[in-house]
Amino acid sequence: MSNIVVIAEVRAGVLKRPSLEAVTAALQLASATGGKVTAVACGSGLDAAAAELGKSGAHQVVAIDGPTFADYSGDAWARAIAEQAKASGASAVLMAHTAMGKDLLPRVSALLDSALVTDVTGVAFANGGFTAQKPAFAGKVTMSLRAARAPFCASLRPNNFAAASGGAPAATTKVAPPAGDLLAVVKEIVASGIGRTPLQEAKVVIAGGRGLKEPAHFKLIEDLAAAFGPGVAAVAASRAVVDAGWRPHREQVGQTGKVVSPPLYIAIGISGAIQHIAGMRTARTIVAINKDPEAPIFKIADYGIVGDAFEVVPALTAAIAEIVKHK
Amino acid sequence: MDIVVCIKRVPATDAAIKIAADGKSIDTAGVQFELNAYDEFALEQALRIKEQLGAGSVTVVTIGPKEAQKELRDTLARGADKAVLLTTDKWVYDPSSTAQALATWIKTVPCQLVLCGRTAVDSDNNQLPANLATRLGFACVTEVSKLVLENGKFTAERDIEGGREIVTCGTPAVISCQKGLNEPRYANLKGIMAAKKKPFEEKAAELQAPAVEIVAMTLPPARAGGRILGQGKDAVPALIAVLRNEAKVL
Repeated sequence: MSNIVVIAEVRAGVLKRPSLEAVTAALQLASATGGKVTAVACGSGLDAAAAELGKSGAHQVVAIDGPTFADYSGDAWARAIAEQAKASGASAVLMAHTAMGKDLLPRVSALLDSALVTDVTGVAFANGGFTAQKPAFAGKVTMSLRAARAPFCASLRPNNFAAASGGAPAATTKVAPPAGDLLAVVKEIVASGIGRTPLQEAKVVIAGGRGLKEPAHFKLIEDLAAAFGPGVAAVAASRAVVDAGWRPHREQVGQTGKVVSPPLYIAIGISGAIQHIAGMRTARTIVAINKDPEAPIFKIADYGIVGDAFEVVPALTAAIAEIVKHK
Repeated sequence: MDIVVCIKRVPATDAAIKIAADGKSIDTAGVQFELNAYDEFALEQALRIKEQLGAGSVTVVTIGPKEAQKELRDTLARGADKAVLLTTDKWVYDPSSTAQALATWIKTVPCQLVLCGRTAVDSDNNQLPANLATRLGFACVTEVSKLVLENGKFTAERDIEGGREIVTCGTPAVISCQKGLNEPRYANLKGIMAAKKKPFEEKAAELQAPAVEIVAMTLPPARAGGRILGQGKDAVPALIAVLRNEAKVL
């Protein structure tokens, strides 16, 4: 009972990169437990994704592949995966903490009546037990936890482990999806924000707040983000402007929004309430632009400019555009 | 439709968090508590579904300390019909045992729909709703930002990376609520008066040994304050210089 199972996420036939990060964590644990890593994927038409998983360093791949699994169904997939986890004698089950991971792993854990730690930033196996670290209170606290039931399940925060690659090709076992009723079914996936960089994957996050005075002025933020070139920067917002209906909730950074840790975070017209800081304090470099020299955001920013966003931001946008042009 | 809404009493999102002397819990001295923000969307959705159907009941339940009476009274004042406090004297961290205890209780009451907030903003686990649904054998959709009930079937929307999923399910179901689902109502004086006469049940939670134990809680290293580079747009060249040469992010 020392094997590790990774639940790999495949969408539209494409293996998602955070799943390879989970393989890395699984290989680390397996070297401590002395077990093997089995990657399990669900879907329809999994050959290419299974082949890629087979080269990740996982020792074995199980593809639960069939037309009834073409669309995600949390309840049916969880049952199929829990069966595989039991069959492979898993002592731990890992998955990426994505929209699917957040939905699927708690169900697998419930079926296994296991321990589950979510949004994990570190895992270990020592003295016969699994431990995990996770941020809580939106990053105000780090918790260290120990699994008191077996198996140990953990969903891993993306961008915390390197993606696994370059293993010896592993054998793939194809399994038909088990029969059974689907309680909830995905009818449709609507793509949105095409061409927009996802907030949690962006290298640069430009966030705007109340200091912009009205929704139309977010154009300043969008222009600055665009100046970094395609696929680099994402627009974010403080809770105040999301609550005021200026910006959609998916852009909110903070305790009731997203937690981001990009290499560069630029806060514009944001005072820096505790609950906002909780969502961006782990950014590598923080820049603040604010009219009020006493704004709390300057206490955590690496660099600050005291000034009017309407004057400073266009100048910054022009300077960034100039640099990007010459790259 | 008989609806159960699961709520949690949590430290206010603007509270500064300190670690207690045991190194495993937070120091609650001086900390304000409130109804978990996402649970407000769950309660509001329950009230709207009851209004839409013109029938049914909304029961609010929590596992927590006696002090959670305050948050439960607030939900009654906003329009819930009944409140149930499953008491425990300690902070329950473990979502598996919480889900187990809630499932045990839910099985004893009429219930076709469970609504929860998508996560509790204290432990940030985001795992109870799907865990609970699985233990109950209910359908489940998590992190829902739009929900329509028609002819006994739900159509729900949830954000995924790069898009939205449209999910359908029938009852019984567990649905967890994301911000944006609705605009929660607040209690008015009439509601507060009416709440005093509504049923309020209290009994000990049936909690099993936790599946996960806290070893330690620590504060992340404090960020050293940086420096102000200047005033207005004249400071932009200095900013560009430090971003290139010191931070090396350009």
